[in-house]
Amino acid sequence: MDFNALIDGLGGHTLDGLTRGSIYALVALGYTMVYGVLRLINFAHSEVFMVGTWTVLGVYTVLGADSESAMPMVIFATLTALVAAALASASVALAVERIAYRPLRKKNAPPLIFLITAIGCSLVLVEIFGHVLKVFFGAPFGRAPVNVPSPIQTHTLLTIGDVRITNVQVFIILGAVLMMVALDLFVNRSRLGRGVRAVAQDPDTAALMGVNQDRVIMLVFILGGAMAGVAGLLFTINFDITKFDIGFIIGIKAFTAAVLGGIGNLRGALVGGLLLGIVEVYASAVFSSNWADVTAFIVLVLVLMFRPTGLLGESLGKARA
Amino acid sequence: MLLKLEDVVLNYGKIEALHGISLEVAEGEVVALIGANGAGKTSTMRAISGVRGLHSGTITFNGEDVTKLRADQRMRKGLCLTPEGRGVFPGMTVTENLDMGAYTRRDKSGIAEDFERVFGLFPRLLERKKQIAGTMSGGEQQMLAIGRSLMSRPKLLLLDEPSMGLAPMLIQQIFSIIGEIAEQGTTILVVEQNAKQALSRADRAYVLETGQIVKTGSGTALLDDPSVREAYLGVA
Ligand SMILES: Nc1ncnc2c1ncn2[C@@H]1O[C@H](COP(=O)(O)OP(=O)(O)O)[C@@H](O)[C@H]1O
Ligand SMILES: [Mg+2]
Repeated sequence: MDFNALIDGLGGHTLDGLTRGSIYALVALGYTMVYGVLRLINFAHSEVFMVGTWTVLGVYTVLGADSESAMPMVIFATLTALVAAALASASVALAVERIAYRPLRKKNAPPLIFLITAIGCSLVLVEIFGHVLKVFFGAPFGRAPVNVPSPIQTHTLLTIGDVRITNVQVFIILGAVLMMVALDLFVNRSRLGRGVRAVAQDPDTAALMGVNQDRVIMLVFILGGAMAGVAGLLFTINFDITKFDIGFIIGIKAFTAAVLGGIGNLRGALVGGLLLGIVEVYASAVFSSNWADVTAFIVLVLVLMFRPTGLLGESLGKARA
Repeated sequence: MLLKLEDVVLNYGKIEALHGISLEVAEGEVVALIGANGAGKTSTMRAISGVRGLHSGTITFNGEDVTKLRADQRMRKGLCLTPEGRGVFPGMTVTENLDMGAYTRRDKSGIAEDFERVFGLFPRLLERKKQIAGTMSGGEQQMLAIGRSLMSRPKLLLLDEPSMGLAPMLIQQIFSIIGEIAEQGTTILVVEQNAKQALSRADRAYVLETGQIVKTGSGTALLDDPSVREAYLGVA
C-alpha cells in the first residue's frame, strides 16, 4: 500500500479518473436508457461500443490519418471518425432491437428469454469481429489486440501546480459531458423526449396518449448506440487500442456505473461513471493496477448496501412501481 | 354511430372476461356503462381503446373498422381513454402531463387554447402547474388525468371510474365537470360503479353483468328500473 503515491499525484490521478469515467458514463447511458423503457439489461450494448472502436480504426485507415498528419487532416479524421462511429454503433444497436428483441416483445416473452437473447447477441457480435471477419478479410480482424493510433498528438494545454492537463483529456471530458448535456436536454425538454419518459413511466398510458412505443424504443436504442460509438472514439484516443472482446470489460464497467448512479437515471450514469473512473485510478495508485477492478466492484457493493437504488435513484421511469 | 362494438370477446389467457358485447355511442351523447366490481367494465374500456386485443368481434369508430389498430393509432383517430385509478405520469409535472395529452398535435395555438380550457375547468391544476403529479392527492390526479385526455380534443372521451376512491364532495365536483365537458360538445362514454351519479347524468346506459350486457335504456328509465335500483342503487 502506498498512500503517498496517491497524495503526491492526487490532481493527476483525479484527472485520469475523470477521463476514464467520462467514457464509462457515455457507455452507461445506453444501458440506463434501454433499462428505463424496457426493464431490460441489454448485454449486447458492450459490443455496440466495440463496433464503434473498430469503425474509428476503419476511418483512420481509409483516410490515411496518422500521427504525422497535418492539423486540418487531424480535425477532419477525428470528426469523421466521430460521426462514423456514432452511426455504426447506432445501426448495430438498432439491428439488435429489430432482429432480436422486437420479435420477442411481440410474443410477450418472459424476462429470462430476453436476458439469454441479449447474451447471445453479444457473443455473436464478438465472434463476428474475433473470427468471421478474419476469415474474409484477414488482419487486423481476429483475436489479437490492434493498435488504433489517434492522429491527435498529445500535448500539455496548461499546468496547475504539478498537474499537467493535456489536450486529449480536455477533449475526452468535454466531449463526453457535452454529449450527455445534449441528451439530458433532449429527454427532459423535447416532445419526443417526453414520449420516452412517458413510456418509461407507464407504457400503456403512453400508448393511450398516442405514443408509438416501438418508435420510442427504436429511438432509445439509436441514441444509446450513438453515445456508445462516441465513447468508442474517445476510448481509442485515450488508450490507442481495441480488440474483439474490448466490449466485455468496458461494458461491465459501464453497467456498474449505471447501477452505481441509479439505473434508469441519466444523470446517475454520469455520476456513477465519473466516480467509478476516479475510484479505479486511486486504487491503482494505492495498491497496484491489478486492484483497480476489484476496488470498483467493492465500491459498487458498498453503495448498493446503503442505497439499493443507486446514488441518485431511478428517475427516467421513476414511477412504474 | 360514432362508436359501435359488435360481439366483442376478450380473454385474459384462458379466462374469458367479455362474452360478446355489443354497444353503441352516437355523436353528442353521454353514455354510461354500469356494473358491479369484476363485471368487465375496465375490460370493455381496454377493448375499445386498444390496450388489449380482441379474441373476436369488431369495433367501428367514426365509420372505420379500428379492430386491428394499436392503442396509439386509435388515439390519433380521436378516441381517448382516461384509465382507471392513477393514470397520470407520476414523474412528470402537471404541465408535462397535460402536454402528453397533446402529444400527437402540432397546432400550437390550439394547444394553448386547450390549456386555457382545462385550467378553466380545473383551476386547481393551474395552481399546481409545476407540481410533480405523483405527489398530488387522488382527486387532483384524477382531475389531471381527465384534463390530459381533453388536451387531445377527443371525438370520444372514455372515462373509467372517474369517481373511484374520491370523497363524496369531490365526486359531486368531478361529475359536474363531466357534465360541463359534455355540454361543451364532447361525446362521453363513462364507466361507473357509482351508478346513481352516472345514470342521472347519462342520456343512455348499459348494465354489464359478468361480461355480458344485461340491460340498456335511457339513464332516467334505468334509474327507475326496480332490478337496477335493487342491484346498483342500494334501494329495494
Ligand atoms: N389483467 C388481468 N388478468 C387476468 N384477469 C383479469 C385481468 N384484468 C381483469 N381480469 C378479470 O376480468 C374480469 C373483469 O375485470 P374488469 O374488466 O377489471 O372488471 P371491472 O372493471 O368491471 O371491475 C374479472 O373477473 C377480472 O378478475
Ligand atoms: Mg374496473
